[in-house]
Amino acid sequence: MSKARSALGRTVAAHSVLGLYTLIALFPVFVVVINSFKSRKAIFGDPLAIPTPSTFDPVGYTTVLAQGDFFLYFQNSLVVTIASLFFVLLFGAMAAFALSEYRFRGNTLMGLYLAIGIMIPIRLGTVAILQMMVASGLVNTLTALILVYTAQGLPLAIFILSEFMRGISDDLKNAGRIDGLSEYKIFLTLVLPLVRPAMATVAVFSMIPIWNDLWFPLILAPSEATKTVTLGSQVFIGQFVTNWNAVLAALSLAILPVLVLYLVFSRQLIRGITAGAVK
Amino acid sequence: MGALSLSKITKSFGNVDVIKGVDLTVNDGEFCVFVGPSGCGKSTLLRIIAGLEDASSGSIRIDDADITNAPPSKREIAMVFQSYALYPHLTVKGNMALALKQAGASKGEIETAVERASSMLSLDKLLERRPAELSGGQRQRVAIGRAVVRTPKLFLFDEPLSNLDAALRVNTRIEIARLHRDLKATMIYVTHDQVEAMTLADRIVVLNAGRIEQVGAPMELYNDPDNVFVAGFIGSPQMNFLKGAQLGGRGETLGIRPEHLGISRSEGQIPGTISHVEHLGGETLVYVRNVEHGLVTVRLFGEHKFSVDETVFVTPEPSRCYHFDANGQRIR
Repeated sequence: MSKARSALGRTVAAHSVLGLYTLIALFPVFVVVINSFKSRKAIFGDPLAIPTPSTFDPVGYTTVLAQGDFFLYFQNSLVVTIASLFFVLLFGAMAAFALSEYRFRGNTLMGLYLAIGIMIPIRLGTVAILQMMVASGLVNTLTALILVYTAQGLPLAIFILSEFMRGISDDLKNAGRIDGLSEYKIFLTLVLPLVRPAMATVAVFSMIPIWNDLWFPLILAPSEATKTVTLGSQVFIGQFVTNWNAVLAALSLAILPVLVLYLVFSRQLIRGITAGAVK
Repeated sequence: MGALSLSKITKSFGNVDVIKGVDLTVNDGEFCVFVGPSGCGKSTLLRIIAGLEDASSGSIRIDDADITNAPPSKREIAMVFQSYALYPHLTVKGNMALALKQAGASKGEIETAVERASSMLSLDKLLERRPAELSGGQRQRVAIGRAVVRTPKLFLFDEPLSNLDAALRVNTRIEIARLHRDLKATMIYVTHDQVEAMTLADRIVVLNAGRIEQVGAPMELYNDPDNVFVAGFIGSPQMNFLKGAQLGGRGETLGIRPEHLGISRSEGQIPGTISHVEHLGGETLVYVRNVEHGLVTVRLFGEHKFSVDETVFVTPEPSRCYHFDANGQRIR
């Protein structure tokens, strides 16, 4: 009886803490979204008010959709994010497999070297990266961004995935070897499906900074044809006048695709976890 | 078809020598069991035979082919693992068919091979299930079935019963023995459990610290051990090792199995007090503590009444004593 009550109390406490955290985390997003539907005067008059018929004004969205090539910016962001994620997951998983599976000289050292990237921000190398991109003629291309983001995402991906891959039974891989599967087939058909939850985790962690990044698009690919959404939104922020309606509308729209991507991966993540729980 | 011969196999990991020169011949159709304490190198030796580890030196032959440098899939072997190692994404049928598919067998061949193996192990009703939907015993049967399908020259078993509960272990053991009779194939079986070794083997290889201590049929090892290690490892409960000199015997150590000791309340060679009694129904184990010899185990058949702290006398049967020298070697 007392046990049941304390369990209930604990559940309530845990949920209220989580609920509070959710409120805090979602509040800025909420403010951005409601204000994106208000007139400029209403935004400054009462920023926290919900749009009413008198203050409702979709001018931000019409401006965003009319001005500039926002669909292109979205497309650029999506291409860069998805391509980078693909390479991060592919190369990260391959490197992690090699590090966890094969005994070779310098294995530990190589693992450490690859993990150092987690601690050292890639932006420190911006000048060198820019020089390299100029030399190879990749400035103002999406390829430049994809390469940089792949490099940025790899250290964490390798670190997480190699830990997971060490946990996969050697017997399974050896059974594959005896049955005549090649190392690539063992990697693709036996190991990858088993680390799917870890892959989803890595994908979610790597995706957000890539989508939100302003630094590298501004430096490496600022041309009209290669602008990403975050860079495109900067058009509305001026030195003297800022078109808040348009900025807020652009930001609200920018949340959508990344939300969809997140839902895709988190579903994988949950599926992986429940598959393990049911056995 | 499938005689294995190992010559001068060694294996080192860095500075650690795990296998220190093993020469062994396993005859065609033989059931050979590698047994030894954990860390003795028996699993490593099996993995070297399978080609999952490279030997540091030495050579391996199956029949007349040198397979020392062949990849695992070209050695015509099949292996059953302790953790089953079934492919989680394939059905039972897919698991059993994969090796043949990789080798490029035709659909008809695969179908008949899977059918033969599944009827042999009564897996017919499970063919469409996935490994996650099977119990431990069923999984191990599928793993054995996967090996049978390939009709290999050599079956390798790496502690296949260790993950099963006691009742299933007995059943699966009988099944493996039956399989060996039916297939007449050469099998190599690694275990640390000497009961499995004694019941299954045609020949037992006792390994210790990377070396072969003795090779022989189960009863040969039991009745005629070469040294203290084999004498102590084979047989349960363990052989008693008494100080030979005090008993007027030859050599340093006198070995006597618990069932070859007599116990009496009135007279005998070694006095002692009972420190523990185990009643197992069919037999009674009496542990007697003696100042010089330590704890001596006496195995009596049937039920006997003894109580703790009683003073008793223990006497070895002279014809059943084994004598060992200071290095642990048998004096015959």
